[in-house]
Amino acid sequence: MRIPPKYTQIGAIAILGAASVLTVAILIFIIVFVLQKGLPILSINFLFTNPSDMGRSGGILPILIGTILLPLLAIIIAAPLGIGTSVYLAEFTSESRVTRLIRFGTDCLAGVPSIIFGLFGFIFFVTILGMGWSIMSGGLSLAFMVLPTIIRTSEEAIRSVPKAYREVSFSLGATRWQTVRKVILPNALPGIVTGVILGIGRSIEETAVVIFTAGSSLLIPTSVFDSTRTMAVHFYILAREGLSMENAYGTAAALIIAVLIVNLSAYLLMHRFIAKRN
Amino acid sequence: MIQEKRIKIDIRHLNLYFFKEKILKDINLEISSNQILGIIGPAGSGKTSFLRSLNRMNELETGSRIEGQILLDGIDIYKKELNVVTLRKRVGIVFALPVALPMSIYENVVYGVRLSGNNDKTHLDEIVEKSLSEAFLWDEVKDRLSLSGLRLSGGQQQRLCLARVLAMKPDVILLDEPCSGLDPISTTWIEDALTELKKLYTIILVTNNTMQAARVADTTAFFLMGELMEVGLTKKIFTDPVKKETNDYITGRFG
Repeated sequence: MRIPPKYTQIGAIAILGAASVLTVAILIFIIVFVLQKGLPILSINFLFTNPSDMGRSGGILPILIGTILLPLLAIIIAAPLGIGTSVYLAEFTSESRVTRLIRFGTDCLAGVPSIIFGLFGFIFFVTILGMGWSIMSGGLSLAFMVLPTIIRTSEEAIRSVPKAYREVSFSLGATRWQTVRKVILPNALPGIVTGVILGIGRSIEETAVVIFTAGSSLLIPTSVFDSTRTMAVHFYILAREGLSMENAYGTAAALIIAVLIVNLSAYLLMHRFIAKRN
Repeated sequence: MIQEKRIKIDIRHLNLYFFKEKILKDINLEISSNQILGIIGPAGSGKTSFLRSLNRMNELETGSRIEGQILLDGIDIYKKELNVVTLRKRVGIVFALPVALPMSIYENVVYGVRLSGNNDKTHLDEIVEKSLSEAFLWDEVKDRLSLSGLRLSGGQQQRLCLARVLAMKPDVILLDEPCSGLDPISTTWIEDALTELKKLYTIILVTNNTMQAARVADTTAFFLMGELMEVGLTKKIFTDPVKKETNDYITGRFG
């Protein structure tokens, strides 16, 4: 029996609406749950004092530093490589077996579980290259992990720049590189930035790779070849070893707020950039 | 001032292919300087492909290949040593749909000039005023040059595109149905500009509007199915064409 369109329409709105509401509700529940348990512990003091007794008491200063340095290093390595690759793929090659192979490769890489990157980093950077558990090993491994995300989002952003802009630029005597620099990159920037932000987000929240490659030192690092610990790793250890649930929640709250700040500032920066151009 | 007419572009046995398909068939045509050549013909007759082969824009599409020669001031524009960037600066093109680049009006006009590394402010200012005036747009935009080019109307954007080409001081201006998306008043603006500009440039105008060719072109060429059917003084083509197909097309019997 055929249901009248009027009812299928109502049904569709109800189901789609419920899905959205449920998604948002789950998200809010998680954030509220963590913040409720973590915020009472979180304070300026907590952020800027050293932990003591394996993190049972004290703050998270070295961990805060590690959480800033590792993703920073990862993105400094991954962003130019990833954006460079995507520009090359989208603008300097025509579709061929080789480009399809590269794209297939990046897609596969994107699907590899992070612990595999951790294991690779441990064997290659930590052991074979002798970098030890360090910010360097961790940054490089995280960079490899986020590379596919950056490549694919940037490539999409570059491809969505209207073909007519390229034509106009070439017709005015621009070389391919001038076209990329003056027309394509500025227009693809919001999309590229989104990819980079996703990359930063993924490296901030990553645990497996960091444990394997950067270790879990509680000391303030003095060089990129020192071991360090990120917030994600810290509360994993605190919770897992049963050291201090309070401090684990405090760290989790700090992590959530950090991610929110990164996303918000990127969003605002981009908005200002777009407003300035128009 | 009456300038001596000379052959600016000499096209000899031009064939153009896209993959296996032959788009242009043995085109032979001499284009004189300081005049407007109108190109008419039904959709799919190869007018646009012909136009785009004059500044090697066809090369940007995969699978294009040409045979024959196109001589610009006696020099083959397809020979290997020739720099395509320099060629495109000498042979500018205005596309069918007005495409302002997403930057200010000022930056749109000087885009091509800046590419050659010329960044002198006073020099650029002069170029902007001169080019916009030549394109009959200066008075409308002179107070808001920093406005995004995207904020202009379609007709204004198309004149901006023309100004952008003029800013590079080309020898030849190609126009690919420049008025197809414009209202009658904007069309008049463009046509007036072209009539003025032919004193300085060689202009090739592809148009779907047969009457536009009749209004502004000195010489008119009629393309059909990738072939150049007939070329001659506009007056002659429109009053006494040699070929039956030409007559059928201009009287609106097909196309």
